[in-house]
Amino acid sequence: MSEKRGSTVPEAKIVVRDLDMGYGSFVLMSGMNFTVSKGDIFIIMGGSGCGKSTLLKVIVGLLEPLHGQVFYDGVSFWEGDPQQKARIMRKIGVLYQSSALWSSMTLAENVALPLEQYTDLSKGYIRELVSLKLALVGLAGFEEFYPSEISGGMRKRAGLARAMALDPDILFFDEPSAGLDPVSARLLDDLIRELRDSLGATVVVVTHELQSIFAIGNNSVFLDPDTKTIIASGNPKRLLAESKDPKVINFLTRGER
Amino acid sequence: MHTKKQNDSKLYFSHPSQETLVVHLGGNWLLETPLPSVELLEHEIQLTATVRTVNFDASNLTIWDSNLLIFLSKVFDVCTKYNIRIRMEGLPQGVQKLLDLASSKRQRKGITGKAGKESFLIRVADTTFDFIQTSKDMLAFIGEAVLAFGKLLCGRANFRRTDLMNVIQESGAQAIPIVSLISLLVGLIFAFVGALQLKLFGAQIYVANIVGIAMVRVMGAIMTGIIMAGRTGASFAAQIGTMQVNEEVDALKTLGISPMEFLVLPRMLALVLMMPLLCLYADLMGIIGGMIVGVFMLDLDFMEYYYQTKSAVALTHLWVGLFHSAVFGVLIALSGCLRGMQCGRSASAVGSATTSAVVTGIVSIIVSTAIITIVCEVIGI
Repeated sequence: MSEKRGSTVPEAKIVVRDLDMGYGSFVLMSGMNFTVSKGDIFIIMGGSGCGKSTLLKVIVGLLEPLHGQVFYDGVSFWEGDPQQKARIMRKIGVLYQSSALWSSMTLAENVALPLEQYTDLSKGYIRELVSLKLALVGLAGFEEFYPSEISGGMRKRAGLARAMALDPDILFFDEPSAGLDPVSARLLDDLIRELRDSLGATVVVVTHELQSIFAIGNNSVFLDPDTKTIIASGNPKRLLAESKDPKVINFLTRGER
Repeated sequence: MHTKKQNDSKLYFSHPSQETLVVHLGGNWLLETPLPSVELLEHEIQLTATVRTVNFDASNLTIWDSNLLIFLSKVFDVCTKYNIRIRMEGLPQGVQKLLDLASSKRQRKGITGKAGKESFLIRVADTTFDFIQTSKDMLAFIGEAVLAFGKLLCGRANFRRTDLMNVIQESGAQAIPIVSLISLLVGLIFAFVGALQLKLFGAQIYVANIVGIAMVRVMGAIMTGIIMAGRTGASFAAQIGTMQVNEEVDALKTLGISPMEFLVLPRMLALVLMMPLLCLYADLMGIIGGMIVGVFMLDLDFMEYYYQTKSAVALTHLWVGLFHSAVFGVLIALSGCLRGMQCGRSASAVGSATTSAVVTGIVSIIVSTAIITIVCEVIGI
């Protein structure tokens, strides 16, 4: 990482090394290297269709990379055995672009499922935990609603409650503000920051929303589809002030400068 | 000059100088008015070979839409062909802006258009590789399903009991009306067809044998199978396919929950449990259908028909029929879930997954019936 830091080196949560990704023989991005430190709100940005969401899929273990490694706390994800993968996956929570709530289950059942899977807690205690998680995202009292009965913004929040069910170390967000009005989008940004601060989690956000990028991001990578790799990394505000790359400046200023 | 009606598009030319041609556009240029031929312009250019610049005059133009843009793009093609400069100042502001938006310099770079048509051999090769890949996927899917089933037998499978109950209700109890209707009618049809022939020999009573054996041994299972492939197999594919579109399957995977155990296993289990029950019920309905024909058309006695059926249908027939139906249950659930899991990420992909699930289900039912029949023949059941 090009960015210089103070004398205390922050703990690296995720290290991506020499990563190539794509579908079959089609290479989408190659030679990607970056580190997400503990407590970061790390932004993966770039234009539409450049492969941001695909990169997220590779990092969270849904799509095997063509080449390269993803390390969680120094442990390789893709080279590990299934048990190791399961251990890593238990530590991460993902909020999908479409929220991806299980439509046949109520919000409470959605949030409860990960807890039922991974813990031996009693039903009553799980119910309490579920209510707490839903209250954290501002959805107290919506336990018995089905995903189809609530608004898009509420679905995002419910998805976040589910992603947080197991108190993950790392939270991933795929286009969190997609399809939300500006106010809901900002409220979600605030929520992300508050959760990072209070839970001490590390956050990785895939987005192209400039307002979110500057509001919450303290580190980032910029994907460029022309050169098929990362062309800039660092604090987004500093990138805007210091970057010499016309593509990065063009993106960060909505092409107005 | 192009004039038909008062409001039609008008096109004519003038030459202020040897080197300049002015294209006058007048009237309405709307999609519903006929487009003047661009050959008029080409003809005009050929007549005066000295033209170097084309100007436009749109002062008489009243209304226009995309029709005018299409015409202008043809004009530009002609001008490029004859190496003539175009001055757009005379066109309305809106037209100039739209032409600029659609001009080649404003198109997205980087991603080039799709490659043209591939040669026949390449397509054959691609299709073959695709076929091999699909077969591998199918085998892998079946393998995973077997492993999941093994886990179930060890009591370690991971799914919600309520899901299983829901699927059992949807695919079992709720299918009873349609299974009743279809198998009753099939029994009726068998009896009719058989009766016509048997009457020739005065052997009407054997209608009971035909209907009884056919329904119990194979037809009850096949009819139930086909109904379930269309009803339940399709719904499995649509449910799982939609979950795929909504990233719900991804959400399961990132939580370390196997979609095979969580989604496929309860569906497979439900069908394996429900198919034999529905088949048994279909057998009964078929026999009742045959009995209706026997009693009301062939004037057979009710008890006579009953005893004849009882003596004709052996327990072996019933076991063979139930075995068929359990196999069909597995096949329908597998093909429905397989197509659902393979579903792409769009609404139309869900549609094709559903169609494909029904086709795969019915084909596998017929093929497996043939195989089971031959095996029964060989081992003498």
